[in-house]
Amino acid sequence: MRLQILDSGHGLGTKMLFVLIRIASRQPVLDVIKLVKYRPDFYGGPMSKITHEAMRGPSAWSVGDREMMAAFVARTNHCEFCTKAHSAVAKQAYGDADKVSALLSNFDQCDMNAPDEDEKLRATLLMLSKLTREQSVNADDIRVVMATGASRQQIEDALAVCFSFNVIGRLADAFGFAIPAPEAIEAGAKYLLARGYR
Amino acid sequence: MSDIRESHKALVRRILQGAGEASPAERLAAFNDEGLPEPLQSLVDKVSADAYRVTQEDINSAIGSGLREDQVFEIVVCAAIGQASRQYETAFAALDAASERT
Repeated sequence: MRLQILDSGHGLGTKMLFVLIRIASRQPVLDVIKLVKYRPDFYGGPMSKITHEAMRGPSAWSVGDREMMAAFVARTNHCEFCTKAHSAVAKQAYGDADKVSALLSNFDQCDMNAPDEDEKLRATLLMLSKLTREQSVNADDIRVVMATGASRQQIEDALAVCFSFNVIGRLADAFGFAIPAPEAIEAGAKYLLARGYR
Repeated sequence: MSDIRESHKALVRRILQGAGEASPAERLAAFNDEGLPEPLQSLVDKVSADAYRVTQEDINSAIGSGLREDQVFEIVVCAAIGQASRQYETAFAALDAASERT
């Protein structure tokens, strides 16, 4: 990473935790973990609380849908680390790699001819993409999502996911997160699916 | 899910008003993406608009201007949360406007 403190400035207890993670996972500790564990009172603690609630708290969106939103926001921001990490979680959560690949590869249009049951998700992904790309959306953009049957609470939940990954993706790129090997991405996705973001 | 907006406010309070290595004025300027001296302002602009274009040289320049790594860490975090917060609040205003007429 581009700041030495994020690689090696952690306290002794955290360094021991990293050793345990390396032994248990047989993978290097991901840079995102090093970031949230560095001075966690400043950033990692309060941010992880938001991210865990957004991604794993009660919601009408499935875990797979929310991981898909995270991957979509990351893709819009050109964040390779988060796109790979969260598309991997979405694939595991849905048990449908093709669905995730299709949504990400058509991310400008979201294939509006796809089956109706995905219409709400597709409209939401497009709105989040616009918000991420243009920094704003208007009431008409929101009405398009509402017209697919999305509730106000669902839109609020989607905006929380969008907030989290507009923060995390920026930090991943600014601090220069290493792109993990495919097996490390898969191991990380399995962990996130089982344990969440706390 | 529980009220994320309250947790969001707590996060913003913590990074801007809690203890830190960078001054509260520097953290607020980074959050607002305005008013920092160069080369910090350029770094914060990139984090806000095109974080994927940030380079090691951008980080080195910030440190070379006399900041410690912990100060750069805080300023980058504040810049990222500031930009994401502006998006979040704008979208909520749009949601409120759309809800009023539907």
